[in-house]
Amino acid sequence: MSDETKPGLKSPLRRKLLMGMAALPAVSMLGRPAFADVPATSAVNTTGLAVTDSEVTVGILHSVTGTMAISETGSVEAEKLAIEQINAAGGVLGRKIKFIQEDGASDWPTFAEKAKKLLVNDKCAAVMGCWTSASRKAVLPVFEQYNGMLYYPTFYEGLEQSKNVIYTGQEATQQIIAGLDWVNKTKGAKSFYLLGSDYIWPRTSNKIARKHIENHLQGCKVVGEEYFPLGSTQFNSVINKIKLTKPDVIYAIIVGGSNVAFYKQLKAAGIDLSKQTLLTISVTEDEIDGIGGENIAGAYACMKYFQSLDNANNKAFVPAFKKMWGEKTVIGDVTQAAYLGPWLWKLTVEKAQSFDIDKIAAASPGVEFKGAPEGYVRIHENHHLWSKTRVGRAKADGQYELIYETADLVEPDPFPKGYQ
Amino acid sequence: MINSRFFNRSELLGFLALGVLLFLILPLSLDIFRLNLVAKYLTYAFVGIGLVLCWGYGGILSLGQGVFFGLGGYCMAMYLKLEASSVANTKIQSTPGIPDFMDWNQLTSLPFFWKPFHSFPITLLAILLVPAFFALIIGAAMFKRRVGGVYFAIITQAIAAILTILIVGQQGYTGGINGITDLRTLHGWDIRTDHAKFILYFVEVVLLFGCIVAAQFIRLTKLGRILVAMREQEDRVRFSGYSVANFKIFAFCAAAVFAAIGGAMFTLEVGFMSPSFVGIVPSIEMVIYTAVGGRMSIFGAVWGALLVNFAKTSLSESFPQLWLFGLGALFIAVVLAFPNGLSGIWADHVQPRIDRLLASRKSKSAAGMIADGAPAE
Repeated sequence: MSDETKPGLKSPLRRKLLMGMAALPAVSMLGRPAFADVPATSAVNTTGLAVTDSEVTVGILHSVTGTMAISETGSVEAEKLAIEQINAAGGVLGRKIKFIQEDGASDWPTFAEKAKKLLVNDKCAAVMGCWTSASRKAVLPVFEQYNGMLYYPTFYEGLEQSKNVIYTGQEATQQIIAGLDWVNKTKGAKSFYLLGSDYIWPRTSNKIARKHIENHLQGCKVVGEEYFPLGSTQFNSVINKIKLTKPDVIYAIIVGGSNVAFYKQLKAAGIDLSKQTLLTISVTEDEIDGIGGENIAGAYACMKYFQSLDNANNKAFVPAFKKMWGEKTVIGDVTQAAYLGPWLWKLTVEKAQSFDIDKIAAASPGVEFKGAPEGYVRIHENHHLWSKTRVGRAKADGQYELIYETADLVEPDPFPKGYQ
Repeated sequence: MINSRFFNRSELLGFLALGVLLFLILPLSLDIFRLNLVAKYLTYAFVGIGLVLCWGYGGILSLGQGVFFGLGGYCMAMYLKLEASSVANTKIQSTPGIPDFMDWNQLTSLPFFWKPFHSFPITLLAILLVPAFFALIIGAAMFKRRVGGVYFAIITQAIAAILTILIVGQQGYTGGINGITDLRTLHGWDIRTDHAKFILYFVEVVLLFGCIVAAQFIRLTKLGRILVAMREQEDRVRFSGYSVANFKIFAFCAAAVFAAIGGAMFTLEVGFMSPSFVGIVPSIEMVIYTAVGGRMSIFGAVWGALLVNFAKTSLSESFPQLWLFGLGALFIAVVLAFPNGLSGIWADHVQPRIDRLLASRKSKSAAGMIADGAPAE
């Protein structure tokens, strides 16, 4: 049968057709020079994601209502800014990004429902979203089952690694160990009092901190460790204990609205943060907005980004953010990490030359973003980011002053040996 | 007043309408994602049916039904989690074979109260008995002391808050605020596939109709009439020689069991359980579903749960930042304008027209009719 069809190739008609086909790319280049390098949708999207010749759809999944809205709004704003900037620069593989925003409503099952909607109904090519660990744990099985890609911005406790998530915030060891080493070396701190809100992130973080203090820092000890329910506003008894034990460092991982009560009560109890060293990993510029700069001035925070960072990327990022969202907005660590999400995704897609989730997941390790406001980041094989750790000191105007940063990027290690 | 038939005509109509909707219209018209959402809404209908019995008929307002919903859900989640935490699945942990969150919290062996949940039959029994037993203790402690009304509502609310704090605080044993996540198989059967979701939906609807029939049975027996009598004139019932406390305890326990079935189905449908279903807010939401549907009507509770949750989903998809206002306005409007909820609207405005239509064909039959929303029988 196949032998009979071969002569057909030589027919004049066939030759004309072939010539015509050869000319097609040239014609299309003449006709649409702007899209000359846009690869065909069928080539870059083999799994039926929402990608057309001119558009690609991503999801934004944060709480814009409920108790978490105050924290997550900054992330939504940063992601929208990044998407706008990417579109202005020509989009991703020549396609403009369109986003669908869903509200997780500070409610973990709602997050799972909306994640499913974004993946199953809307076929989003990527989702930027989640804030609390609980919401991430709720959506993780959805992303793994329907093979989606989540860019998660918050610093978190680690103990997780998924093909379907890129963690753009720091995991616990990155944030904790460098800070403890710094406070031990420069302040000569020997005794630590660990505080935290009662859920998995502060508990795991304090566990890592305790192991590091007891096993890796010479002659250091933990003199107390206490937890408070989320939203708690009564800190007087622990403040009295702190006064009695006189630790060199108060290590505080208190989250959300509790911070306001905690720092005000510390001040009212006469603990002067310019004399008593306090190191926190949970208070960003966003939280200071609520606490009031005068109540927390003098405290040290250890994370990877402060709004006041003095580098060219950040000097472009901060005004762009303020121009889009208002002069009064502040930018905290997580907001900056959320801004990385769309950019890292764009860079990964362009490296993989495909929107397919499997190809993005495989291409992610090694992707570097030189335009990051925090300086420079690179994705590790474990889907977390290499990043520097920084210590800042809170000022009365609500900003942090950079005191120390690690010389090199800190390797992410979500399953730290010897710390579990 | 004794109705010899199990369902009167309007109830039969409601039963059939609901059956056609849930068994035929929804499965045929919705894709599997939306059908799974409906299944999630219906889990609240179980709670609603229980609330109709204990609040609508018995007059016992419980603002802590989330406790029983959660207990049922957690029992199911514990079984599923143990199955998902086989040694092979958890070999990267420092102690393989226990749930991941226990490993993160330095537990090295399975706590004793988790062990029975290796067995599926025991889990099923626990889903029914644990909440019933819990309700029995609360009920006996309250009703024997003649605590009722607002005081009872406040105490149930406190219990919901206490249980939430307990679950969040004991995260090594309960998964804390994250809840129990990443549930995969039920007795070896993958519950995450579309096919499984489809089957689970029908299992749930069948269970729902079972609960409707059970609730209707309770309502029509002498017990149901004593409940109504208690609500209207508690002292008279007591002076007539009935043990008011025992009847109240029964109604409360029955409501707890219905809620627990809903909770267990919720875990299966959604794939995880967390303390956010146990606390005060979800408990009050469940009362709102019932109020919107009509607290005197078993079918009303089902419709209420369906419609309110449907509104919640569609409003939040269309207006991510404003939807809560819309939902709040809806509640206020319904409660202000229609104190008997949807079933009140039906009984006052729709039912009479149907009756008139039917009466024109068949006279005198409407006389013995009791409308769904009528407060007394």
